[in-house]
Amino acid sequence: MPESAARPLRILLAKLGMDTHTVGITVVAHALREAGMEVIFTGLKQTPEAVANAAIQEDVDVVGVSSLSAGHTRNLPRLAQLLQSQGAADKLLVAGGVIPEEDLPLLQAAGFARVFTMGTDTREIVAYLRAWWGERGASQSSST
Amino acid sequence: MDVAAQLLAGSVAAGARAIRWLDDGDARGREVLRAIFPATGRAHVVGVTGPPGAGKSTLVDMLIAHERRRGRRVAVLAIDPTSPFSGGAILGDRVRMSRHALDAGVFIRSLGTRGARGGLSRSTYDATLVLDAMGYDLVMVETVGVGQEEMDIVRLAHSTIIVAVPGLGDEVQAMKAGLLEAGEILVLNKADREGFEQTWRHLELLLHLRGGGRAAGGWAARLLPAVATRNEGAGAIVAALDEHRRYLEDSGEFERQCGRRSEQQFLALARAALMADLLSGPGAELLRQVRARRLDPYTAAEQLSAQLRAGRTPH
Repeated sequence: MPESAARPLRILLAKLGMDTHTVGITVVAHALREAGMEVIFTGLKQTPEAVANAAIQEDVDVVGVSSLSAGHTRNLPRLAQLLQSQGAADKLLVAGGVIPEEDLPLLQAAGFARVFTMGTDTREIVAYLRAWWGERGASQSSST
Repeated sequence: MDVAAQLLAGSVAAGARAIRWLDDGDARGREVLRAIFPATGRAHVVGVTGPPGAGKSTLVDMLIAHERRRGRRVAVLAIDPTSPFSGGAILGDRVRMSRHALDAGVFIRSLGTRGARGGLSRSTYDATLVLDAMGYDLVMVETVGVGQEEMDIVRLAHSTIIVAVPGLGDEVQAMKAGLLEAGEILVLNKADREGFEQTWRHLELLLHLRGGGRAAGGWAARLLPAVATRNEGAGAIVAALDEHRRYLEDSGEFERQCGRRSEQQFLALARAALMADLLSGPGAELLRQVRARRLDPYTAAEQLSAQLRAGRTPH
């Protein structure tokens, strides 16, 4: 239990819905690992309930959901609501995949801080998470 | 209620947070450990280790299912390697256990090795204490895929399952020097694969050479087949685990093992704390001289020890 331990960002990457396309989420996972983050995978065809449980057990900082099939307007808000009701509202929620522009306001209202649509460069995702983690780390160390 | 009290009362989120603090080396983790330590010492800590690709995660998944059917609460610590270059990690062991995602009697936590060697993460022992205090009956620790001399799990766990697969002839050769001498239960997984007979005989021979019929009263290691992808073999493995736990309890070894684990952790913590004190105090000048190669390390160590003895105040 060394005091000087590093404190990497932990992120859960989950796929909600019935599709089995894993290329996008795998590319993102590798980019995040290269950026020094701990990436936890939960597998395919997950329900919002399963993802919420995993996020709590893993005590991740960020939950990233990939959605490539319809259902995100129901599943994603449901996940946010489950996390809130289980006392895990402190986690940053982001989403990615095939999500039409017109659904963005709904997801933002549900608590998703950022939606990365198809074609987003992984460097943009890394930069966004790093910036958030930097700010959050600063606010945490000043409050303790 | 603070985190320690919450996790003792069964809060999953509080337990998960405590493990995070311990993994990150956050001082709040130590406060939690202090508070929960008296509530530990009940869980059966079982290590699951073996070479990469042996099917460790799938075997753990099968054992969870079996233990849940008889009502036992199960926690899993699944360890995967951290990249030494980036410090990042992809932790994917949960994928094979996802059918338990909605079961409130199952807790699964993925840990990166974060620079630790020996197949475990730095915080693994601390995390087993948290899960023990949370009341899980069984705590399974799945190591990174290991081969030869990584034996840390054997010291940490009450019982260790070594997972082997048919056809890994060279790997078995490599393993026998270390792991095969230590595990209490040896599982030959993927028993439906070609080469099963040959590898089975090979392992039987190894166990025989190791002393299958060890001195009366000792534990004779078990060799068991499994096809984890088809849920075959769980009953015999769980029965062997039960038997080993009873053996440990009857011989007083369960208590002694818990004590030894605490002792090791105490010594490691004390060593780190004492070294930090020494090197910022009386050892600082000696360290500078050694670094500049003005003094050899042997003389420096002797001088430090002599200084400490001279400085000791008599009672």
